[in-house]
Parts: sequence; structure tokens; C-alpha cells
Amino acid sequence: MAKIQIKNLRKEFGDFTAVEASSFTIEDGEFFMLLGPSGCGKTTTLRMIAGLELPTSGEIVIDGEDVSQMPASQRDIAFVFQMFALYPHLNVRKNISYPLHSQGMSRVEIERKVADVAATLEIEGLLEKPVSGLSGGDRQRVALGRAIVRNPKCFLMDEPLGALDAEFREHMSDELLRLHNKMKATTVYVTHDQLEAMQMGDKIVVMNHGVIEQFGTPQQIYNTPKTMFVADFIGSPPMNFLNFQAKLKIGTTKIRLGNQTVNVPELYQENSGDMVFGVRPEHVRFTDNTGYRGIVTATEYLGTNQLVTLDTANGEIKARISSNQKANVGETVGLGFESQRITLFDGKSGSALRSALNNDGDYNG
Amino acid sequence: MSKSSISEPTRQFKWIAAILVAFYSLVTIMPLLWIVATGFKSSADSIAYPPKITFQPSLEGYVNLFTTQTRQTKEFMAANPPQNWYEEIVHSKGMVIAGPSRFGERFLNSTIIGFGSTFLSVFLGTMAAYAFSRFRVPLKDDLLFFILSTRMMPPIAVAIPIFLMFRAVGLSDTHAGMILLYTAVNLSLSVWLLKGFIDEIPREYEEAALIDGYTRFQAFYKVVLPQAATGIASTAIFCLIFAWNEYAFAVLLTSGTAQTAPPFIPTIIGVAGQDWPAMAAGATIFLLPVMVFTILLRRHLLRGITFGAVRK
Repeated sequence: MAKIQIKNLRKEFGDFTAVEASSFTIEDGEFFMLLGPSGCGKTTTLRMIAGLELPTSGEIVIDGEDVSQMPASQRDIAFVFQMFALYPHLNVRKNISYPLHSQGMSRVEIERKVADVAATLEIEGLLEKPVSGLSGGDRQRVALGRAIVRNPKCFLMDEPLGALDAEFREHMSDELLRLHNKMKATTVYVTHDQLEAMQMGDKIVVMNHGVIEQFGTPQQIYNTPKTMFVADFIGSPPMNFLNFQAKLKIGTTKIRLGNQTVNVPELYQENSGDMVFGVRPEHVRFTDNTGYRGIVTATEYLGTNQLVTLDTANGEIKARISSNQKANVGETVGLGFESQRITLFDGKSGSALRSALNNDGDYNG
Repeated sequence: MSKSSISEPTRQFKWIAAILVAFYSLVTIMPLLWIVATGFKSSADSIAYPPKITFQPSLEGYVNLFTTQTRQTKEFMAANPPQNWYEEIVHSKGMVIAGPSRFGERFLNSTIIGFGSTFLSVFLGTMAAYAFSRFRVPLKDDLLFFILSTRMMPPIAVAIPIFLMFRAVGLSDTHAGMILLYTAVNLSLSVWLLKGFIDEIPREYEEAALIDGYTRFQAFYKVVLPQAATGIASTAIFCLIFAWNEYAFAVLLTSGTAQTAPPFIPTIIGVAGQDWPAMAAGATIFLLPVMVFTILLRRHLLRGITFGAVRK
């Protein structure tokens, strides 16, 4: 298995820059997520790791070897495509054994390996079937089989669950994780679904417009977003943004928001002008001990909790509160915030201000 | 009450449609049937007026097509009685077989030139189409338009320059020359048709093969080609039909060694003017290879004609 280092990777298509100077490291055995909206460069990055695109500049180091200009066939990696890309003219057995034939492996050994893989994926019964008649889930399994059969250095997956219906997705993502935990193989997984990324990933890279916005564990990405893009992209509903203006010094712990004083984590950098107060819906409380008020405009009942939309002096805000609490449309309520979970952003650049919340050592990009 | 455009047609409408289709089929197939029938008529029946629908079938046309004949003296005829059925047919007209006709050679020429140029057109066309479909070719759109533009004028418009060029380089009346010419004419069709087909094949298949340890060429050969079989088959049919039936260039550029069947068939002349049954027999035999080829590949052809119309 392998450690993958991406150093200053860049890809241009004519005038268009798809990936801009990306750097990150994927540790051996990690389940690594490349997350971002469509067109953000995540798939291009993955294809460069695979060797299906050659980078314009930069290095891709797999297990200490720079492979960035090597053809895909020599990189010893496996790729699972979104549409599975099973060879339509071959049956399941031949699809799975196809990578082994290129290595010139003996017939007996191929037979044995295919049987092993089929047992792991529980598709022994399908081996002689043509791939055209298979269900989405079975196609997915065959595609995985073709990937794991040759024991590659790492697995690259391009939205492998994207083609499945929602119900089956859940099941397949469990299966994928189980497989990963069993094989302990380095996996790079591209998705635009932030929930999928949070559920499955050990580490996440969030990309936007070819630029890496943030790199870290799901917890870091969720709790301490480095940019407003990340804060908005991750979480459902996303982080609330309240606009305000101020001149803040290093060491600030209180800000003025809508004529009220609100506590924030101790600030480690100064800033002035337009700023944004970011708070996750679950960190908004209804309380009477505050002057900060909002008018309830809508409620969504979600079972154990509910989402309440409110109008405040600084903009709209959503609060995730217990379903037992009362929230009637039109009512004015007092709002409290979990002060140590607040992130302040610079209004212009959109990047988070350094504070006691997000100043830990792992915080990098 | 409004009739939706996708409602089931009524019974009468279906009947009318069926009758129209049957009538149209009859009109289209009639000349063909007439030619096949004429091939089995005697000389007299073939020019009878009013035309004969029923007649005594005869193989005279076919015998005339494949043989050359001469008139002989009564004594000679009596001394050499016919040995088999076809000599008998000739004998009954007071003639004897002098040797085989040139039809066999011409037919062979058609086969060599037709299939040879089809193979080359499809082979080169597939390669070019793949490159245009998959790679960043500089000036791709201009090149594709340039290739298409070779079809914008009727090929015969360049007949004289080609005639002069062929004469200058010694390609006149050679198999190589005709194969080259038909390949050049067919190549634009082949590149464009096949590019469409290859564009429809998801790149992921080849990419999967590349990742699975195969080279680009192996991926093309083992994964793309089987997927493109439909397109290749229908392109081959179109190319063959053109090369097989082509008349104008064949008349102009071939006269002996490399003459194909189309210019040869109308020159079949019997003792008393045009030998219609022999010509019809020649046309019938000439039709067979393309018919067989098309029937063998018809499943592909049908899919080929409607390709792209329905997304899978």
C-alpha cells in the first residue's frame, strides 16, 4: 500500500486552469476525500493521480517515486469510474480478470484470484453472466472486483456511488467502508456530496475553482472552516452568516452584533471593515437572557429536532433546536450563540480570522 | 375531444398505411424482379411485346454471359455433338462454345477492387476517426471540414484531372489505382461516420483498460474496436456499395486488366444486337455479393442507421 504526496500540482487546458498549485499528502491506508462542487478540479486531480491526464506542472509521488509523467498502465493503481466502465463485451469473470491478463499471470492463478475476489464481494453467482443485465449495485461490485483483484498500490474512485439510487447508496457506502477497513488500502475518493465525504472520509480536501480551500479531518473541516466557501459547502443546512462591521484588535473576545454584545473565541489577528459572523444552526439557542432577537419565519420538523428560520437585524438565520421547544411563526425570540464555536470571517476575502477556536497546529491548507 | 399525437392509430389508418407500404415496396422492387426474371428468359421472350410475365425459363442468358460462342458449319456441328447441358443450349442455336467470356475476370476485378478499397477506407477511417475523437488534434475542426469538403462536389467533376494524373503515374487500368481512387472517395464518409460512432463510446472503457495495465493501442484494439463493430460494419457496407456500383470512373479509367463489372455488363453483345438476358444475368450475379454482405451485417446496419437517435 502507498503514501501519496501531491506537490504543487497544476493542470491547464488551454487558457483554462483546472487545478491550481495543489499540495497535500495522503497517508498510507487513509480513506481520502476530494470534495467540491462540479467543475472544481477534483476529478482532474484524481485523473492526474491515475495518469489519465498529465499535469502541466508539479509532482505526484507514490511511495517515494515521482510518477507524474508516467503512463497510467505503469502506476499500479486501480480506478473505479462513476459509470463503472465495465467492458460491455465481456462477462463478469472476464471483466474482473482483465487487469490480470495484462500482467501475463498464469491461468490457474487468475482463476484463484477471481474466485477470492468474488467471495469477498459475494458475487460468485454472477461470474458467468454478461455485465449488461446486472443491477447498479452488482455492477458496482464487479467494478470494485476489477479494482481489488490485482492488489494495487491504491484505489481511486470517481463518485462511485453517484450512479446508484439513494436507498442503495447508503448500503454500498457501508460496504465500501467495510471493504476499506478489511484491506487497509489507500483510497482516494472524489465526491460532490459533503455528507458522503463526512461519513466515509478519514481526511477531506475541499476544492473550489481549482484551488484547495481546506484540507483536514471531517471534524476540522466542519468545526473550523477556513473559508466561507467551506463553511457554506459543508453542513446541511450550511453555516449561518451574519454580516457586521467592526474594527477588531488581537485579543478581542466580544463583538457588537445588531447593537448587542456577543462573545466570540479570542481573536489572534486584527481586522476591520466588513466582516461575517459564522455560526452553525446547532449552535444557535433560544434564550431569554439576551438582547439579540429574531422573528420566526418558518419551521421544519425533522423528528428529534427542528429547523427554525428567523429574521434578524443582520440577516436570515437558521437554528436547529429540540422538537420539544416551541417555535411559532411570527413570534419574536431571544437568540444565544455557543460562543466558543463561532467563526469570524473577513467579508472581502472570505477567509476565517485566526482565533482560539481554529488556531490548532493541524490547521493548514 | 382532442386527439393526442401519440394515440394508437385506428384500424383503418393501419390498413391504409399497410397498403401504401406494400404498393411502394412493389414499385421499388419491380425493376429488380424484372432484371432477375429477364436473366431467365430466352432472347425472344426478353424483347417480346407486350412483355411476358410468364415464360419458359431458360439458362441461355447465363450460358451466354460466361462463354464466347462462334457459328460453325453443319458438318462440324454434327461431328461434335453437345457433351453437357450448356453446350446443348448453345448447340440448339446453331453455335458452339469457343471459350470462357471475360465476365469472370471482370467480376473478380470488382471483388478485388470493391473489397480492397472498402478494407482500406474502413481501416484508415477507423484510425483517423479514433484520433479525431480522442486526442487534441491541432486544427481539428478545420481538418474535419476539409475532409468533409472532398465530398462537396460530384466526384466525376474531377474525372479529367484524375485521368491525367493516373496516366502520368501509370495507374490507369490497374487494380492499385482503382483501389486508391475509391478509398480516397470513401474515406471522408468513413472518417465522419466512424467518428460519430466512436464519440458515442464512453472514454471510460479505454481509460479502464489503460489503468488495467494495457497500452493505448491495446486499449483501442481490445476495447474500442469491439464496441465500434456496429459502426465499422455499417461504414463498410456504405463503402462497399459505392465502390461496387461505381460506373463513371470505372468506364474512364479501366479498359482491360482492371475493368470492373459495371462497365463490362452493358458491353455484352450477342449475335443479334444487345443480349438482354445475358446482361440481366450479369446484373443479377453482380447484385449478389453486396446483397449477401448486407444481409450478413444487416443487424449492424439497422443499428448503424439509427445510431445516436436513442440514448442507452
